[in-house]
Amino acid sequence: MLASEQSKQLASFAKEIRKNTLFTIGNLGVGHIGGALSIVDLLALLYGKVMRIDPTNPVWEERDLLVLSKGHAGPALYATLALKGFFPMEELKTLNQGGTNLPSHCDRTKTKGIDMTTGSLGQGLSAACGLAYAMQMDKKDTYVYAIIGDGESQEGQNWEAAMFASHYQLDHLIAFTDYNKMQIDGTTDEILNLGDIEGKWNSFGWFTQRIDGHDLSAMDNAIETAKLQRGKPAMIILDTIKGKGAAFCEGNVANHNMAFDLNTANEAIAALE
Amino acid sequence: METKEMRGVYCDTLLGLAHSDERIMVLEADLMKASGTIPFKQQFPERAVDVGVAEANMVGLAAGLSAAGKIPFAATFGCFASRRVFDQFFISANYAKLNVKLVGTDPGISAAFNGGTHMPFEDIGLMRMIPNLTILEPSDPVSLKALVQECAKLYGCTYMRLHRKAIQPLYAEDEVFTLGKGKVLKDGTDATIIALGAILVPEAIKAAALLEEQGISAAVIDMHTVKPLDEDLVLSYAKKTGAVVTAENHQIAGGLGAAVANLLSTHYPTPMEMVGIHDEFGQVGTQAWLQTYYKLTAEEIVRKVLSIRSKS
Repeated sequence: MLASEQSKQLASFAKEIRKNTLFTIGNLGVGHIGGALSIVDLLALLYGKVMRIDPTNPVWEERDLLVLSKGHAGPALYATLALKGFFPMEELKTLNQGGTNLPSHCDRTKTKGIDMTTGSLGQGLSAACGLAYAMQMDKKDTYVYAIIGDGESQEGQNWEAAMFASHYQLDHLIAFTDYNKMQIDGTTDEILNLGDIEGKWNSFGWFTQRIDGHDLSAMDNAIETAKLQRGKPAMIILDTIKGKGAAFCEGNVANHNMAFDLNTANEAIAALE
Repeated sequence: METKEMRGVYCDTLLGLAHSDERIMVLEADLMKASGTIPFKQQFPERAVDVGVAEANMVGLAAGLSAAGKIPFAATFGCFASRRVFDQFFISANYAKLNVKLVGTDPGISAAFNGGTHMPFEDIGLMRMIPNLTILEPSDPVSLKALVQECAKLYGCTYMRLHRKAIQPLYAEDEVFTLGKGKVLKDGTDATIIALGAILVPEAIKAAALLEEQGISAAVIDMHTVKPLDEDLVLSYAKKTGAVVTAENHQIAGGLGAAVANLLSTHYPTPMEMVGIHDEFGQVGTQAWLQTYYKLTAEEIVRKVLSIRSKS
């Protein structure tokens, strides 16, 4: 259970991430705003409380790791990392510009604090398994976190990785599904419905929970509960809203990759105050 | 010299490395028996991971392991190691600048009874399109051992074609090999045969002997590393002999022949011919039958050398 003071701090951190994500993409004029905003509360919790990190030493060997498999949500993670001091806030203005350290999809070779290169959907969970297996071999107490998208869950490689993590009992792997119910061409129900997604992960041998992905306290409890399990990887399915917190795009199926200007971003930022 | 099973050499070499370097790991996708790595699993159970029939996950897993500092050697049949996992190897391993050693076994016609579905004639071509990737195909047990050791030392992704079967050594046990540096097996003045792998390098040596009988002095180069290509060696022999024939167990499009032609056409245009697969799929048969069918023979190399000479 989050103490009320901590809860307030995390809510405030989430608000700052949201504002800076809106600014980063609005400043450029186009981007993956919907799926970036849907994971902001999770990022605030991970980087504000849960993960062991050192912004002054992004490659610290004892750090917890995050694989943002839905790499197109990079701008939300960049805003988070900048607010934590991994790199200057000023850099957020360089998103997708030639020579930038902040490409639309996460790149471990370019950005301080990015632990794995992602963007080709379906690949991140396998890499997270590799990291978690190595940590297990080396008897480290670090955790590997992974975030996959709901549309991304349609990629078969996830299910290869799911079988692997369960077989090799990777209990320091905690994954999240950002279940915002939308993908590029429509709702997940229309395009290729995920069916009983909890049942699927359960049947693959994962300790599975499902909660509100915008409720910091509920997510914190779920992570704590996941850490108590032995011999099983954990999946936390987050019910989220694509575009959460910005009226111009919240819940709009067209928000996967949309154009909007800085004025629109600023209005949304002002509304968050 | 006695023949040696290449897969046995592969496993023994990795075991040798693994004893002194705890980062070395073996990854397999339900072909541990075929790749010959069961002894590794017996000695280092935790460092030999069988992922089941899930090659995409194997390559992604290898990327994650290497991001955590491990040196994974991931093997499967060459058809799967190239076509099936191309994007995983491209993005999660190479684009991410990680350190994954991918091994494609049973290259080309050595897939024999597994037939066309399992017969990669295009893996080198696909892999050559990946920036900075090191691509190799050792021709004998001695070079295999040395080059696997070189791959382990190098930080960066590699793709190695591994002929699994028993092969006659071509080199003395203490021969030194460097990635990206071809080996001149026989010097010559009239033509250069640049060959690749455990089938065509021995054929090239036979071809040179046949040519010698006709008074033609042909040099033979074992170009074990296709990328980076040993450009200095190719150019110096093109200049010295004025005729180049490449020979490979692979499509001529995209393979060693294409790499040599790219270089020579821009740097020192030289009459050239290529022995390899000419835009055909694989098919089932004994290796000997396939070798004759696809003309991957000493006689074909000789014919190509004579063809260049008849035009000049």
